[in-house]
Amino acid sequence: MIIKQNAYSDGLPDFRNLGVTARILVAVNLIAFGAACYAEPTLMRGLERFVSEAAFIEPALLASVIALYGLSPILASMRYLPASSVVIAVVVGIAAALAPALQPYFAPVRGWGEVVRVLVLAALIAMLVLGYLRLRTKAFSPALTEARLQALQARIRPHFLFNSLNAVLSLIRRDPKRAELALEDLADLFRVLMSDGRRFVRLADEIALLERYASIEQLRLGERLRMVWEIDGAPLDALMPPLVLQPLLENAVYHGVEPGTGIGEVTVHIEGRGQRVLVRLANPFIADQAQRPGNHMALDNLRERLELFFDAEARMNLRVADGRFEVEIEFPHVTERPTGQGDVP
Amino acid sequence: MSAPALRIFIADDEPPARARMKELLDDLHEACPTLVVGEAGNGLEVLERLPDSRADVLLLDIQMPGMTGLELARHLSPLEAGPAIVFVTAHDAHAVDAFELNALDYLLKPVRAARLAAALRKARHAGPPPGEALQRAQALPRANFSIVERNRIHLIPVASVVYCKAELKYVTLRTLEREFIIEEPLVSLEREFADAFLRIHRNCLVARAAISGFERAPGGSEDESHWEVLLDGVAERLPVSRRQWTAVREILGHR
Repeated sequence: MIIKQNAYSDGLPDFRNLGVTARILVAVNLIAFGAACYAEPTLMRGLERFVSEAAFIEPALLASVIALYGLSPILASMRYLPASSVVIAVVVGIAAALAPALQPYFAPVRGWGEVVRVLVLAALIAMLVLGYLRLRTKAFSPALTEARLQALQARIRPHFLFNSLNAVLSLIRRDPKRAELALEDLADLFRVLMSDGRRFVRLADEIALLERYASIEQLRLGERLRMVWEIDGAPLDALMPPLVLQPLLENAVYHGVEPGTGIGEVTVHIEGRGQRVLVRLANPFIADQAQRPGNHMALDNLRERLELFFDAEARMNLRVADGRFEVEIEFPHVTERPTGQGDVP
Repeated sequence: MSAPALRIFIADDEPPARARMKELLDDLHEACPTLVVGEAGNGLEVLERLPDSRADVLLLDIQMPGMTGLELARHLSPLEAGPAIVFVTAHDAHAVDAFELNALDYLLKPVRAARLAAALRKARHAGPPPGEALQRAQALPRANFSIVERNRIHLIPVASVVYCKAELKYVTLRTLEREFIIEEPLVSLEREFADAFLRIHRNCLVARAAISGFERAPGGSEDESHWEVLLDGVAERLPVSRRQWTAVREILGHR
C-alpha cells in the first residue's frame, strides 16, 4: 500500500465572489481584444473583429461564469489540481456546445477544424486566467500565509508533556542526576516549541532536538522503545523549517510504540542525496488504531508547512510495507537562507 | 487501632509512572497504610494477574497498549469481590468528561499525594464500579467479550463471534469453534456493536461479516415460510423474523 500525497492543497478562487467574477470577465475580454488587435493591421479593424467575435465569446464566457458559480461548492471541496482540471473541462465543454450552435450565424467559426481550434483556445484562456488568479491569491495574502504558519507550527501532545513530567518526578529521588538531564531536555524542547516557527534552522540543530526528544521518550518507555539512528550521511549544514523531525518521531512513538505490547523499533534515517535532503522514519505498523485519534493530522500539518517553506520542491510520502509504517520527506539542500525569510540567529 | 492495609494493584505501561505511584503510596503510609500486591504493564497482564492478587483497589492507567482502561474495567466487573477502580490519565479530555458524568473516580498525572489519599479513602468503601457506569463512559465498543470461569477471565474477540442468541436469562455467543454464555442483555449488545452486528430476530444478532447469503426456508404454507441467514463456516441456519426482514434487506441492499 502506497499513499502518495500531492503537493498542492490550496483551493481555487471562490467563484461566487463578485471580485473574482469581475476579474474573470475583464481578463478574458482583454485577452480577446489583444488577440484581435494582434491579428489585424489597424486598431479600428482590430476593434471591429473583437466586436464580431464577442458574439461568440460573451455567451461562452457568461455561461462558464454561471456554471462555475453553480459548481463552486463542489470545487471548493476538491484539491487544486483536480479542481482546476474540472474548471478547464467545464469551459471547453461550454465552448464545444456553443461553437456549432452559433456557427450558422456568425463568421468566426467555419468548419470542424475551426471548432477544434476554438476549443484549444478556450482551454488555454481558462488556464491563463486560473494561473493569474492563483498568482494573485498568493501575492496578496502574505498575512494569510503568516497566520497559517503560526497555526501549523507543531504542537506537542499534552499527553506527552504530562507523562514526561510524571517520569521526571519518579526520578527525582532515585536518580537526581538523570532527573536534571531530563528537565534540561524538556526545557530545550519547549524553548524550540515556543520559538518563532517561521525561521530556518540547521539540520544539525533539528537532529540535536530529535535526540533530546528521543531521550525523554526513552525514559518513559524504557526498553519498549528501541531507537536506531542512521544519520552518518546527514548534511548537517542544510537549512530547514524548525520542528519537522520531532513531530515525525512523536508520531512514530505515539502510533507505533506506545500502543504495542512488545518492543517497538523506530528507525531514523537521514541522508543527503545530490542536492536534496532525504529523511525517513519507520516504526511498527499497528493496525488497530481506533483508540488513537488524529492519525494523519500531524502529518498533514507537516506537509503543509513544508510546502509553505519549499513550495513544490518538498515531498512527503507515506507507506506501509512489511508491517512497518514509513514516512519519507525530501526537500532541497539549501545552505543560504532565501531572502525575506525571518532571521537565523 | 488502624484499618488493615489496603491491597493495591498498579497498572501502567510506563515503568517510571509505576515507580512514582509506589513512592507516593510509601509517603502516604502513615495516614493510609497500603500494600502493593501486583503490577502490570498492559491490559492482558492485568486480566491475568489481578484475580489472584486479591487487590482491594486497582490504580488503572487508561492509555495502555492492547486494551483501553475502560474496556479492561468492564471485563473485571463480573469478578466476585472485584477491586474498586481509580482511573489514572495524563490527559484525555473525553475520558475525563465521561468519568465525571458517570461518577467514576480518576486521578490526573502527575498525581498529587493528597489527591491519591482522598481517592484511596473513598475506594476503601466504594467497591467495584457499577457496570452500567463503565458502559456509559466507554465511547468505543469493546474489542472483546469476556466470561469469568473459576475466578479467571477469558476473552472472546468480538470479531470471532458469528452470532449472539438470547435464551431465557442468558445470551449465547457462537464462534466457529464453540459456544459461550454471557449475562448481558441482547439489547445492550445491539446498541454497543451496531456496526458489527445486525438484528435478524427478536432473539438474535448476526455478525455482518459472517453473513454469506439468504435462502427461503422450504416447506410450510405461504404464510409460514420465512427467510434464513446462511453463515460462513457454520452449517446452522438462522431464521429471519418477518418483522426484521424488511430492515435486513434494506441494510444489506446497500452492500
